[in-house]
Amino acid sequence: MRRLVYLLPLLLFAALAGYFAFALISGRDPRELPSALLDKPAPAFDLPGLGGERLSAATLRGEVFVLNFFASWCAPCRVEHPLLLRLARQEGVRLVGIAYKDRPEDSRRFLAELGDPYRAIGIDRDGRVAIDFGLYGVPETYVIDRQGHIRKRFVGPLSPGQVERELLPLLRGLARL
Amino acid sequence: MRRVLALLLLLAGPAFAVQPDERLADPVLEGRARALSRELRCVVCQNESIDESNATLARDLRLLLRERLAGGDSDAAAVAFLVARYGDFVLLRPPLRADTWLLWFGPFAVLVLGAAVTVVALRRRAAATVPPPLSAEEQARLDRLLRGDGA
Repeated sequence: MRRLVYLLPLLLFAALAGYFAFALISGRDPRELPSALLDKPAPAFDLPGLGGERLSAATLRGEVFVLNFFASWCAPCRVEHPLLLRLARQEGVRLVGIAYKDRPEDSRRFLAELGDPYRAIGIDRDGRVAIDFGLYGVPETYVIDRQGHIRKRFVGPLSPGQVERELLPLLRGLARL
Repeated sequence: MRRVLALLLLLAGPAFAVQPDERLADPVLEGRARALSRELRCVVCQNESIDESNATLARDLRLLLRERLAGGDSDAAAVAFLVARYGDFVLLRPPLRADTWLLWFGPFAVLVLGAAVTVVALRRRAAATVPPPLSAEEQARLDRLLRGDGA
């Protein structure tokens, strides 16, 4: 029994090493913040639209949609863009864009160049709507359900893995509700 | 010349991230804003306060904070406004709540635990180093030696 006490440091070391290995391999980014608004109502907004019509939270209510903050000056947005196009065109995802701190002519040029996956686009010139969402960098992507609640936030460019494993299953689940 | 240089050096203060155009005209409000922004984390850089950070979001948050204060918000209300959006993470000093007790008192608990283990270990060691009492034979031999009779 006393011998076991001497094994204690080794066991502690093994537990710590296991935890560190898990943290390394899991790919979780500790800098990534959970949204403070998870499962809470999405902030209300009413923005001028890139297409002319205003974009407001009220008109979007009642349907599941994916809200994507982007900017023409944001390099990771370019990385994520083909994936957004695929989501909109092949998966039929209802994608709504908000141009964060971007000049409308720049947003238009960006979309003309890369393709436009959005059903509607709001212009958030001063970034206040983004702050209401707790955004801390573009791109950020939010899944909003029929009741207007935020169900998920993705920080940074979406990856194909995230889309397959998290985004699409969540959307399928929400559509069935 | 030297004096001039020394004077110039005195003028060189630390660089502040707060830009002149952000400051409020009212020194009381500005003072409150500065004090609050030192306690709020810049979520982009994550280990700087928004008072120190040059990130554009930090600037936006400084302006927003001043706007809230100028609009009549109390310090607590202005901070709550940001916590509602960014979570407790924006507070550089985490709030003391049931779920943060471990965070606040964990280090002290470990310290107390360590001290307890040390005290117990030292006592045991002290007990172990007290030699066993001499047997009657040993005592007799020791007495002889001390008297100088030889062994």
